[in-house]
Amino acid sequence: MARRHECLDGNEAAARIAYALSEVVSIYPITPASPMAEHCDDWAAARRTNLWGLVPDVVEMQSEAGAAGALHGALQKGALATTFTASQGLLLMVPNMFKIAGELTPAVIHVAARTIATHALSIFGDHSDVMHARTTGWAILAAGSVQEAHDFALVSHAATLRCRIPFLHFFDGFRTSHEINRVELLDDADLQALVREADVTAFRSRALSSEAPVVRGTAQNPDVFFQSREAANPFHLGVPGTVQQVMDELAARTGRHYGLVDYHGAPDADRVVVVMGSGAGAVEEAVDTLVARGEPVGVLRVRLFQPFPARELVAALPPTVRSIAALDRTKEPGAVGEPLYLAVVAAITEAMDTDEPPFASAPRVIGGRYGLSSKEFSPAMAKAVFDELASGHPKRHFTVGIVDDVTHLSLPVDDGFRPPRPAGEVQAVFVGLGSDGTVGANKASVKIIGEHTDLFAQGYFVYDSKKAGSVTVSHLRFGPEPIRSTYLIDDADFVACHQFGLLGRTKVLEMAKPGATFLLNSPHPADRVWAELPPAVRAEIAAKRLDVWVIDADTVARETGMGNRINTVMQPCFFQLAGVLPAEQAIAYIKASVEEAYGRRGRAVVERNFAAIDAALDALAHVDVPTEETVVAPAAGALGSTVVVAGIPDDAPLFVQQVTRILLAGDGDRLPVSALPADGTYPSGTARYEKRAIAREIPIWDPDICIDCGKCAVVCPHATIRMKVFLPEAVDAAPGVFLHKEFRSKDPPGHRLTIQVAPDDCTGCGVCVDVCPAKSRTEIRRKAINMEPAAEYRDLERVRWDYFCSIPPLPRGLLPHDSVKGSQVLEPLFEFSGACAGCGETPYLKLVTQLFGDRMVVANATGCSSIYGANLPTTPWSVNAAGRGPAWSNSLFEDNAEFGLGMRLAVDAMARHARALLARVGPGVDAELTAEILAADQGDEPNVVAQRARVERLRGLLHGVDAPDARRLLTVAASLVREGIWLIGGDGWAYDIGFGGLDHVLSSGRNVNVLVLDTEVYSNTGGQASKATPRGAVAKFAAGGKATAKKDLGAIARAYGNVYVAQISMGANELQATKALLEADAWPGPSLVIAYSTCIAHGIDMSKSMSHQKDAVKSGYWPLYRFHPSETEDGQPFKLDSHRPSIPVRDFVADETRFAILERTHPEEAHRLAQLAQADADERWRYYEQLAGMHRTVPHTPIDELDAKVGELP
Amino acid sequence: MSETVSGRTGGVSPDLTTTYLGLGLRSPIVASASPLTGDPDGAARVEDAGAGAIVLPSLFEEEVIHEELELNRALEAGAEHYAEALDYFPSTPVIADPASRYVAALESIRRRVRIPVIASLNASTPGGWVRYAKVLADAGADAIELNLYRVAADPVSGAADVEAADLALVAAVRATVAIPFAVKLSPYYSATANFARQVVDAGADGLVLFNRFYQPDLDLDTLEVVPRVELSQPWELRLPLRWIAILRPQLGRAVGLAATSGVRDGTDVVKALMVGADVAMTTSALLRSGPSRIASMETELCTWMVEHEYASVTELRGSATHETAESPSAFERANYLRTLRSWTTSV
Repeated sequence: MARRHECLDGNEAAARIAYALSEVVSIYPITPASPMAEHCDDWAAARRTNLWGLVPDVVEMQSEAGAAGALHGALQKGALATTFTASQGLLLMVPNMFKIAGELTPAVIHVAARTIATHALSIFGDHSDVMHARTTGWAILAAGSVQEAHDFALVSHAATLRCRIPFLHFFDGFRTSHEINRVELLDDADLQALVREADVTAFRSRALSSEAPVVRGTAQNPDVFFQSREAANPFHLGVPGTVQQVMDELAARTGRHYGLVDYHGAPDADRVVVVMGSGAGAVEEAVDTLVARGEPVGVLRVRLFQPFPARELVAALPPTVRSIAALDRTKEPGAVGEPLYLAVVAAITEAMDTDEPPFASAPRVIGGRYGLSSKEFSPAMAKAVFDELASGHPKRHFTVGIVDDVTHLSLPVDDGFRPPRPAGEVQAVFVGLGSDGTVGANKASVKIIGEHTDLFAQGYFVYDSKKAGSVTVSHLRFGPEPIRSTYLIDDADFVACHQFGLLGRTKVLEMAKPGATFLLNSPHPADRVWAELPPAVRAEIAAKRLDVWVIDADTVARETGMGNRINTVMQPCFFQLAGVLPAEQAIAYIKASVEEAYGRRGRAVVERNFAAIDAALDALAHVDVPTEETVVAPAAGALGSTVVVAGIPDDAPLFVQQVTRILLAGDGDRLPVSALPADGTYPSGTARYEKRAIAREIPIWDPDICIDCGKCAVVCPHATIRMKVFLPEAVDAAPGVFLHKEFRSKDPPGHRLTIQVAPDDCTGCGVCVDVCPAKSRTEIRRKAINMEPAAEYRDLERVRWDYFCSIPPLPRGLLPHDSVKGSQVLEPLFEFSGACAGCGETPYLKLVTQLFGDRMVVANATGCSSIYGANLPTTPWSVNAAGRGPAWSNSLFEDNAEFGLGMRLAVDAMARHARALLARVGPGVDAELTAEILAADQGDEPNVVAQRARVERLRGLLHGVDAPDARRLLTVAASLVREGIWLIGGDGWAYDIGFGGLDHVLSSGRNVNVLVLDTEVYSNTGGQASKATPRGAVAKFAAGGKATAKKDLGAIARAYGNVYVAQISMGANELQATKALLEADAWPGPSLVIAYSTCIAHGIDMSKSMSHQKDAVKSGYWPLYRFHPSETEDGQPFKLDSHRPSIPVRDFVADETRFAILERTHPEEAHRLAQLAQADADERWRYYEQLAGMHRTVPHTPIDELDAKVGELP
Repeated sequence: MSETVSGRTGGVSPDLTTTYLGLGLRSPIVASASPLTGDPDGAARVEDAGAGAIVLPSLFEEEVIHEELELNRALEAGAEHYAEALDYFPSTPVIADPASRYVAALESIRRRVRIPVIASLNASTPGGWVRYAKVLADAGADAIELNLYRVAADPVSGAADVEAADLALVAAVRATVAIPFAVKLSPYYSATANFARQVVDAGADGLVLFNRFYQPDLDLDTLEVVPRVELSQPWELRLPLRWIAILRPQLGRAVGLAATSGVRDGTDVVKALMVGADVAMTTSALLRSGPSRIASMETELCTWMVEHEYASVTELRGSATHETAESPSAFERANYLRTLRSWTTSV
């Protein structure tokens, strides 16, 4: 019987096997492994059963450490168990991994291998995580393709039960985990055959049981520990044989033969590359090309890395081999070489040191690094390695794929080298926006072709680092042969640009081969589009003689009710032009795929898609391209590409000119090693140079209606609506179009006011318009700020914005900061982030920087805020005219509280040191100034500013003093000015993975300010449930609706008594939020501010983000309060700032998909949970009302003061 | 079905059974669409109180489409934007759209009560009327009430266009479903009697008179237009009384006629029946006083019938139509003049 094929990505291919062969699945989200856990949670919610007819227990833990602990426990009690992870997550599992292996316990962890954060975090793929785990005693098995991820998942689960050594099964993050490819599926019979019942029984017989009690996990002394470790040797030694046996059994059933190592190439090769993982695909293509040219080369693919099959490796090498390059996708600074290199060297050395050496003379072995953080690894790069091996003096250690102009380790690569393409293969590239559905349609196309024809199909998708306005590039291959090309397409037969505006902004035609077909979504018709194309694009089209087609997909989509989802319009055009399938047949398949994707959500969506599909081909038109001779070649663009980077002025910092500009042009791959900071330190304030102009509509101010409230500015997630108050003289030189009005407040008197949009930075989210309370008296729908088409207004608003920026900010002392307009005239030092349009988190960050930005240091937990905060190419954290601004750093996900506490300790230590030195040398320099500095109260901003001036004076004076103490004091004098330490992160950090640390830091009494941006899910990894997720909400990992109530983090913090705690919501009460942040900053102990943050994962209309927040508070779902520890005897520290609930919780949740969806999938459970959710809110309100009346006295002496006393210098 | 309700009038029990849309009802008091009739518990309470039938709240096609599209938009928002988060929600099993939720509610109500259950439908597209009428019929509704709820705000469509479109819908539904259906009319047709006849000719088994529109209001705090529904007032019954009195003789006995709006007590039921209605539908009274109001309405109806020596609803029904009333012209213009005079003298 023919085996079933499906197009799957590597994650799903592995997860299907893992789920089928497990009883307990402990999970925790981390990119790029999260989808494996999500699939398991979905399947469990849908009651899918495993091989034994049971629904596995899929349990989300609070961290990867927790997932590993739960895994360990489940195994000990005899359940077949698994988990999924990557990167830092795997590192957190390591302690338990040692235990599990040490106890000879069968288990499998599936890893989508990802870079470990070093100088920077990276979500992309390499082997630094799995190589870190190689000392744990786990077997490590590497899959190099989607099919292998499927097959080796089974090999791992079967082998571990046979040999009792746990398996770490890995495949390359993104390249394999997210690549869609045609997979021949394993069936239950395969699983039953390879996972032998006797092995399962044996495993269970070793489980802890009170019926046959044992003690496992003893503490051992020097007398026996060592011997015990060696006692396990036979088990480890047996692994390679077992794996090969299972692979052979698999081959007998499926015909797919795998070895522990597999050689491919010339039987008489003199040069061999040894490689592991997906990179082998690119090397194999290079080998085939070179062998065809007569070069004796080969590639040896390592599948089992640990226990390392040294004998098999030597045996697989051709006896003719003269030199070997071992390629590692990891870096171990300071090591003699990377792990695979060392293993190969040892294997060869040991083999040669035998009575029958396998080679006439020992082959030379060199080692190279490639592909770190998913860096492209192409056949051309593989060829560069073979070329290096052929040279007389190859580099012993090298890198490939980058230009290393510092230590000169990199190999030169001939970009012109391309393996010949298999006959009949079609390569297609699609450039689109995340929001237009391009990727979704391409995934469907891969499935259509891979599952409905005899062709093989591959899809790989590249996303950018922004969440709003993100650009996607889809790389699709189809052909009659299996597709092993594990690299991006750069000579496509078909290129589609799904957004006209991306031409000239993003590389598009660079990926087209000469004569390729180019499909463009264009608002301009075929006979007029040529004149509208950027000159560089015209030149590229002419030079490559591209066959150009246009379609106005936006109009077709709009007219068929699809909005901006142009995907189903573009998709039939692709099939029509690419010729992979007859168009008629393709359209039938597209409709079937639409039915499959949307049929579950109702007819309306399906029918609109059908209408768009039917209308598509009629709108497709051919463009007559002028001959090349008539096309005037443009001035050379940046780096010879069609991309022109706008918005970087000539006076931008040198780094921006030399590095950021190239990153923005999409040419970061070309930056040499020397261009990049070696320690991961980057300049602030660079987002302002990234003019993306992504909004279709932007808000336009009407000064006649405006009431000066500042709400639009305070809620703007991207700091693109600004408010300035200034003296009339400031606009003397303003262009005529610049708008301003009288500032209604009499304090300060005689001022003017302007509200201005940054037209190229605005995301068009519409939140400002939603909150604007000022309406025209004669036309109520018109507000003081209105969304208008960006195309019509952008040029005008650019003129206004440029002038607006030239007006100096109002002196900070002129308006009180604890008002909305008072805070909004302050300069934001967090601007233009790439967060989702309408993000609920970023308004808080912007406000914090307006209030304290010039004197704050941020410890930022990994998550959304660390990504939109510091994902290259730019950062929104900014600086003021004086060069001051927030200093920012991210350590990890789990340790952010401790990281921030460390900053606090350092600041305190330096301040103690400075005070002691000042006490010693200050009186001799300026006694009065010294006394003032030492006695200064820095409770509020004016006092901080005054202290800063004093310290500046002191520094000036100290420069003239030639004494060791004075010189030392100069190095720490800055610490005499109060700096706020802000610990920022999301609920995943604060409620779950970082809670232990956060709890400890709150208990320390130290002066840190914790800001929790509570979206109630792990937003950054795609909306997995956290302990902040409310009862009844549907989230990933809570696919059936979260059954338990949200943790009251504030209550836990308040229990300490001396922690300032506030719960705020910008959309409900900006003033209370502002006051809470000011109080948190001023409180000389720990402060915790929990900020309700609307999120795209709530399934709401993000333009109404703030209205949702208001309803959350009105329903009592999110009460606003401030707990200000008080030492007075009759103090009432708990202040309830919101009104008694005026609407039921159901009215709030009805408009949020996260709640509403349960009503539509599990109505009875939804009803039950909704009642409990209302009870939660009622009870919380009742409790809080009582707290608000309570008197409480909290003794509090700031730790800093205590420390000051112990910090005296001897 | 001809059982006699007894014990409510202290001895003599009038026969309350009636026929509406071909359905035999134990009582002419029908609970019209409201939150009460939308769930099984409420429906059971209404039945226990003695209702002859229940009408479910309307299934609105616009709501179905709006919800499908909005849910889809929310589920896809942010998807495929960013490598770490390719979507934000679990992959869901089948999502119950409003139509399937309606069907589920209809089915559970059908299981819960024995009295006839009339589903109500308001569609916005020709295809929608047919599709959902079939869905409701397949789900086991005893009858359907087609709720022709539209505001004729399009200046291009004349009265004839509006009427033609409505009649086409009625015909299309007739061609699709075998179960009886009534059409709930708005009072704003310019030639009501003519149009009513055409609706019946197009295949409707009955008429429900009349539809009450949600009317917009202004919230002066937010300066927003807000839809508001007000419970009906007793005087609103007079409009259906007039038209049922006029239509009953014109349409004949076979056509079902239901009076709705302002039916608050037993005497209102009496009036409705006298002018020729088969049933009197009540909603606001139940929302104000609870389902038990039906029982007291029935008692009041019986008391009046006993006092006036009516033995059955059949006898009472149509005793004061345009044809049978003492002064038929009172249902036409003269009635207007008299009303004005009485109003003037009473001040």
